[in-house]
Amino acid sequence: MLTAIIALGVLAIVIGAVLGYAAIRFHVDSDPVVDQIDALLPQTQCGQCTYAGCRPYAEAIAAGEADINQCPPGGEVTIQNLADLLGIDPKPLNPEHGEHKEKTVVRIDEEVCIGCTLCIQACPVDAILGAPKQMHTVIVSECTGCNLCIPPCPVECIHIEPVPKTLRDWSWPLPAEARHD
Amino acid sequence: MTEAPHRPAPLDLSFSRRYRFHGGLHLENCRAAASDQPILPAGIPPQLVLPLAQHIGEPAECLVTVGERVLRGECIAQATGKISAPVHAPTSGTIAAIEARPVPHPSGLPAPCVVIDTDGADEAAVAGTPDYTQLEPEALLEVLRESGIVGLGGAGFPTAVKLGRRNHVELLLINGAECEPCIACDDGLMRERAQDVIEGVRILRHIVQPAATVIAVEDNMPEAEQALHDALVRLGETGIRVLNVPAIYPTGGERQLIRVLTGHEVPSQGFPADIGIICQNVGTAAAAHAAVNRHEPLLSRIVTVTGDGVRHARNFEVLLGTPLAHLIEAAGGYTEQIERLLIGGPMMGYTVSTEAVPVIKTTNCVLAVTAHSMPAPPPAQPCIRCGRCAEVCPATLLPQQLYWHARAGNHDAAQDFDLFDCIECGCCAHVCPSHIPLVQYYRHAKTAIWAEEIQLRASDIARERHEARLARIDRIKQERAAQLVRKKQALSDKAAGNDARQGAIQDALERVRRRKESAGITPRNTDNLTPEQQQKIVEVEQRRRDRTRQQDTD
Amino acid sequence: MEFRRFSSPHLPVESGVNTLMRQVLFALLPGIIYMTWLFGWGVPVNLLLAAAGALAGEAVMLRIRARPVGTTLQDGSALLTGVLLALALPPLAPWWIAVLGSLFAIVVAKQLYGGLGHNPFNPAMAGYVVLIISFPLELTMWPAAGQAPDLATTLGLVFGGGLPDGSTLDAITMATPLDSVRMELSQGKDLPALAAGSLFGYLGGAGWEWLNACYLLGGLYLLRVHAIQWQIPVAMLAGLALAATLFHLYDPLHYVAPQFHLFTGASMLGAFFIATDPVSACTTPRGRLWYGLGIGILTWIIRTWGAYPEGVGFAVLLMNLAAPTIDHYTRPRVFGHDSGPAP
Repeated sequence: MLTAIIALGVLAIVIGAVLGYAAIRFHVDSDPVVDQIDALLPQTQCGQCTYAGCRPYAEAIAAGEADINQCPPGGEVTIQNLADLLGIDPKPLNPEHGEHKEKTVVRIDEEVCIGCTLCIQACPVDAILGAPKQMHTVIVSECTGCNLCIPPCPVECIHIEPVPKTLRDWSWPLPAEARHD
Repeated sequence: MTEAPHRPAPLDLSFSRRYRFHGGLHLENCRAAASDQPILPAGIPPQLVLPLAQHIGEPAECLVTVGERVLRGECIAQATGKISAPVHAPTSGTIAAIEARPVPHPSGLPAPCVVIDTDGADEAAVAGTPDYTQLEPEALLEVLRESGIVGLGGAGFPTAVKLGRRNHVELLLINGAECEPCIACDDGLMRERAQDVIEGVRILRHIVQPAATVIAVEDNMPEAEQALHDALVRLGETGIRVLNVPAIYPTGGERQLIRVLTGHEVPSQGFPADIGIICQNVGTAAAAHAAVNRHEPLLSRIVTVTGDGVRHARNFEVLLGTPLAHLIEAAGGYTEQIERLLIGGPMMGYTVSTEAVPVIKTTNCVLAVTAHSMPAPPPAQPCIRCGRCAEVCPATLLPQQLYWHARAGNHDAAQDFDLFDCIECGCCAHVCPSHIPLVQYYRHAKTAIWAEEIQLRASDIARERHEARLARIDRIKQERAAQLVRKKQALSDKAAGNDARQGAIQDALERVRRRKESAGITPRNTDNLTPEQQQKIVEVEQRRRDRTRQQDTD
Repeated sequence: MEFRRFSSPHLPVESGVNTLMRQVLFALLPGIIYMTWLFGWGVPVNLLLAAAGALAGEAVMLRIRARPVGTTLQDGSALLTGVLLALALPPLAPWWIAVLGSLFAIVVAKQLYGGLGHNPFNPAMAGYVVLIISFPLELTMWPAAGQAPDLATTLGLVFGGGLPDGSTLDAITMATPLDSVRMELSQGKDLPALAAGSLFGYLGGAGWEWLNACYLLGGLYLLRVHAIQWQIPVAMLAGLALAATLFHLYDPLHYVAPQFHLFTGASMLGAFFIATDPVSACTTPRGRLWYGLGIGILTWIIRTWGAYPEGVGFAVLLMNLAAPTIDHYTRPRVFGHDSGPAP
């Protein structure tokens, strides 16, 4: 009986030591999980997840304060990627935060713009070019479609538009029978 | 089973044997209907529509304006960037519009085009006539570049760029192995204009300086082979060989052809130039001849119009920009209601939704088919994993696995099975007993993967911009705070400074007064003041004190 | 004029899944006819029962899964599963054996996994194995070759469960050659004595050798019309022959000759019709060789040392388990790549 206890104890110490050594010796430096989560988010910076941008949302997920299904622009793809990364089950997008829509951009109607810079201050990625009392315009290639510029505009001159489609963006659709499955 | 490719060893240039590639199909050929007859000019249509992107690479940049008159051969759009090609006016006319028009593309989306209203005069731009044949290879390359020549076999890669990789070229391979059924433009070209082809090959050879030059034709093109041989004899050319290859689809594909003739395989992410081979289509060679020896940029090409939907199948010499409707007319019009209008052949061609699309540099064939010869495909049944697709794949892929993963949206697994090595030849879909549209799945997966990469890059940029913005706002806030601190400091310094200064002034006045007292001097202007003057002085003093107090409290 | 959009390729294709199934059913005909002549009316009765069970099971499951019933039944795959199962069952087994087996094969082994193309196991063999494990006695009711009872007796036996004049089952049924070989060998007898007996024909068991020859004929037809590829049948028969030859050379008195194995039992049926089921087999050409080889060797092992007289069913199911792994390790080298993905 005593020998059994001693033997198991010694075994435990030895194996523990080996594992501890291996954990240090073979440690792989990987990105902190916040960076990994942030890399999967769409960077729209829209705030629909109730956090002030994608990075705060990533930090909240890493801290366990937020769920992975709060990002409408990311949609199912993002939820699936987050679930794979964190090793948890994916779940449907939480409708409280909005629904997944195809990416749009905005356009400022130059006839109506008064040059107040309120939209410039609101844009999280500096995609609006302009200065006080000067014409404002949206740099379409940088616009993420977050729509945060629309509420502040006092003259409602900002309109949502679909992303202009060119031959280069076009892709073959999935064959019909696969789409109905 | 194919053995592993030979190591990058020198090529066997004896061409004594033909190698096999895995898979492939024996397809019934139907090019005789078109190529048994001479090539007919399609004429000048009333309007030409010239897309700015008729090649792989960056679209050309338009040089003309609406209303301008252009002559035949005039450059109307210049090449932009390293991989690009210029566009020339195929005939004289007036620029009617520069706008988006339907172009030959499976999407049916429009693209920017230059529209020319032709005047029928076909007036040529006056060109200089130096003798280009004595030029150095670099200069010849420049001529080809400026002539807008791109690969006429269907891909449309700018020829000058391809030929630019001409270090250590062992083999110049001219591809006349037209493997897709029904396409006959190369066959017709070789039959009727073999001399032009050979002259063009000579030019390419002069640029590239290979160890060997070979023209490949399929073994079911005896007339073309004979015509080439005759032309070689007529020209006294002994440095070019004409070889034939077995007529297995898709031997005409560049990589498959190289494998059949040399036994070597072009590395998967590489180019033929990596193993010392440059491959050009016979049509490109003929265009090079026209550019160098006749000073004509690329203005027209041979197009096969065929299918049971047109009355008279033929090869036509067509001006670039000719709408398909004009070509169909020239071929006798439709026989009946057609089911599909294809550009390209029946295996790799794509459907277009309207006959208003124009012929461009890469249009080799127009197929109009009725529902009799090409009925709508039956609905797809489940994959029974029979493996026939893998038996015929010329790239030795596992189409079945690609199908399962593409269908599931599992892009990582699809790439693991080498999705991007697929040449979209259609052999797999042709033999599938369940009639699954396999090639569409692969195309969808490829474009979805590209879209994801673009999306990833865009979101990386968005993140950087957002972080830069946050950093900027932070910096401004800190600067403001620092400024505030500095200002407060300055004011308190000033106040302390004021007291010290006042004390010094008082001391000085005291010293002066005492000196004056001791000297018996009394200041004159403050003596014998009237009450009014006294009052004024009191008010001024008061005002001065108030101002000092005010400054202290600011 | 607006034209519709289609994806390439555009050439019309002749063959289809229906054609494939029809060709296989056609290739089975010689075997079915001979088997009926050999073993009596039980064979067509079993065929009808199993086919009915399979089609009914498939129809009900398709209705539950909200899939088109008519077109799917027409592809012939359920019918084929029922037929193959029926040919493996003894002709005098009670009617519920065929029905139960085909229902299990279609409902559980095929439809519950997602229908045609999605089943990891061969449905006919899954059904057969379930039956032989659950009802071992009923699956030994083979009549003596060439001495099958008449229609009335057969129907009475199959549906009624009893015999007309009170005679026992033993009087009508007889052990199959494979069965006898096992029994006699385990009792210490050796082969030459058995070979002289009435159970053995020229190559294999009496009667059974011609049955296998019929299936071989059908199999060659399938190879000819390119309905199946050569790798699996050749590899399976090679594996079976190889294992048998090795041990027969080692001890001819106690290990049966390879030709006996090749022409007895379900060898030919298994090689050309059962193991070649594309859905559950390997897909890569090299993989198929290993797959067939494995089935052949396992069949021999189970026949010689296993608890059951016929090993094809179990061997097929075991190799079905191994098929994805074999596929993974036998991926062909892709054009333009230096070496294949896995050694």
